Amino acid sequence: MKATCWVAPKKMEVREVPDPKILNKRDAIVKISSTAICGSDLHLYNGFLPMMEPGDIMGHEFMGEVVEVGSGVDNLKVGDRIVVPFPIACGDCGACKAGAFSLCENSNPNAYIAEKLLGHSPSGIFGYSHLTGGFAGGQAEYARVPYADIGHIKVPEGMTDEQVLFLSDILPTGYMGAEMCGIKPGDTVAVWGCGPVGQFAIASAYLLGAERVIAIDRFKYRLDMAREKAGAITINYEEVDSVQDVLMDLTAGRGPDHCIDAVGAEGHSHGVLYMHDRMKQALRMQTDRPIALREAILSCRNGGTVSVVGVYAGLIDKFPMNAVMNRSLTIKTGQCHVHRYMKPLLERIQRGDIDPTFIITHTMPLDQAPEGYRMFNNKEDHCEKVVLKA
Amino acid sequence: MGASIETSTNTMNGDGGSAAIGTAIGEQARPRVSTTARYQRIANADRGTGGESLANFLGVFSLGLGLAQMIAPEGMSKLVGIKDAEGNRGLMRALGAREFSNGIAILSRQQPEKAMWSRVAGDAIDLALLGKVMANPENSRSRALFATANVLAVTALDVMAARTLSMQPRTVANEGADKGIIRTKRSITVGKSPEECYAFWRNFENLPQFMRHLESVTVTGERRSHWKAKAPAGQTVEWDAETLEDRPNELISWRSTEDADVYNAGTVRFQKAPGDRGTEVRVELEYKPPLGKLGSKVAMLWREEPGQQVMDDLRHFKQVMETGEILFSDATKQRGMHPAQPDDKPVEL
Repeated sequence: MKATCWVAPKKMEVREVPDPKILNKRDAIVKISSTAICGSDLHLYNGFLPMMEPGDIMGHEFMGEVVEVGSGVDNLKVGDRIVVPFPIACGDCGACKAGAFSLCENSNPNAYIAEKLLGHSPSGIFGYSHLTGGFAGGQAEYARVPYADIGHIKVPEGMTDEQVLFLSDILPTGYMGAEMCGIKPGDTVAVWGCGPVGQFAIASAYLLGAERVIAIDRFKYRLDMAREKAGAITINYEEVDSVQDVLMDLTAGRGPDHCIDAVGAEGHSHGVLYMHDRMKQALRMQTDRPIALREAILSCRNGGTVSVVGVYAGLIDKFPMNAVMNRSLTIKTGQCHVHRYMKPLLERIQRGDIDPTFIITHTMPLDQAPEGYRMFNNKEDHCEKVVLKA
Repeated sequence: MGASIETSTNTMNGDGGSAAIGTAIGEQARPRVSTTARYQRIANADRGTGGESLANFLGVFSLGLGLAQMIAPEGMSKLVGIKDAEGNRGLMRALGAREFSNGIAILSRQQPEKAMWSRVAGDAIDLALLGKVMANPENSRSRALFATANVLAVTALDVMAARTLSMQPRTVANEGADKGIIRTKRSITVGKSPEECYAFWRNFENLPQFMRHLESVTVTGERRSHWKAKAPAGQTVEWDAETLEDRPNELISWRSTEDADVYNAGTVRFQKAPGDRGTEVRVELEYKPPLGKLGSKVAMLWREEPGQQVMDDLRHFKQVMETGEILFSDATKQRGMHPAQPDDKPVEL
């Protein structure tokens, strides 16, 4: 089969590799119809996440048709059309039973490595380095899905791939970002980053009852999308002196009730602090640039919530813990527990509460995945989301 | 061995045995001694594993310095102000070899306090030699003085580390080290009842399902079993084991029989985890690698933690109990590093 392989930082290749096989009883093999490039794939693309091996198959947002089912899967049959959640979860351990699927205690065969770096191990993830298990990803013609009995949602008759594909990651991730805020009527929510997760976080904040959502980015086309499609009030941080001042003006000095960081480890800004962070990152003195996170913490109102769904890969520097502690802020975060959200969000799509297709700017064949990565990374041609057709 | 470990930990101070605890807390919320005492014992058994970071640093320092002295004796001589000569080079190499072997002894974490004291002795020799260097007008006095200052600083650190290590109590982790025995303990929480965990483990023939280094275990008698394990280069090792203690749903302990080539012994304890979390499974294991003390040193050096194997086994035990089997990824179904990509090779257990 053809698969998108990581070769080196900034170098992806579509290669011919062997087809996947059933390895465990609860596996299924899926013939992929649609798959997408995620913003977090760009952290791998740019080489900011450790433990990649040349030849690793990328991709954790995918869907398709079941072509083979292991003996331990009783709720899937050949021909079923399914979307697969990006965290691999067993459904039987303490974390899964508590609904924290991205913390599954059994699905990361390399848990001992993750423990050394993170203290404890999160779940396994498709196509997302050896730190999360070394599972082949879904930017390919076929993929093996472990614990497939738990890890799927069936696509109802009549729905397109584009309508349901993002249930695999970014729609639930954006939704969880907003849900973690505990939004109350009248609340103002600020969202850093207008990539796909940011767009869905904005829309979800409205679904959950926010009065106003403010979006912060530097790309006009992304801000336009956030305003026109997701309904946000937009701030281009490159055009203002201080984002924090604008947020204070917009909230009459209170600050946003909740701040969502949908940027993560590779934030930008136009100040001296950005140069300082970028330099330290280049010198390997810190691995991540927590620019959005710092701004979110400092802007948030006293006693407010900072919700972090942007991905962090390592250590950060100059974390304003004094603001967090003295101003009673709550920080909530996590890789999305996708399994929890698939069904309710599918129902919201069916009801017309949200049409997730608005973020798609590019659709291309799997062969052109390397081109897709380059465009998405460089924000060329107003690229917001790339869907690959296998 | 179960018994020996219990006695050794019980003799330590502050094991919480019968003394009242939490007396400032009202009766209804006060913790029960029966709950806390066994955990206090576990915490106490972990003492003595914290003071080694300075020693480890000095161990690595020894390896580096020793290597430099052995590989580049001329450069090192020059650095400390000694005039280059054939005899001096030989001496420098010998000092390097001493330094290097000290480093290994410290990092092997077996009686590291003895290794640390021998570093202190080495410092004394170095200082004496540096005194001689300074006395000889052919050498550079300023360089030798500089070197002496450095050695004095390191000596202070060495004495500090050696004293800290010497004061540490004997614990599960370092007991038996002088006999070349590696001892380790690990634990995991399994979402099944103690009864289920015990029953699965008690059927020793199940062990190879989650202990990947075992080929088979055959029960040969009421208290005896025959174990077959994989060894490097396609070899196998076999031994007989006897069950020492068997308390249903609570504890199993076993050891290899007297005539076994490979000494090993273990205890597994099953205890109900608080709040419906299942079972806390705790394993203590001790074994004597082949080639005696040297073998165990090498084993300790190359595996950062001897408990890694035990932890892998426990993780797999949890997977088998909770999900029915061990999960593989494309990259982990075989040993060694592989790209996360399907291949035609079979799963290598």
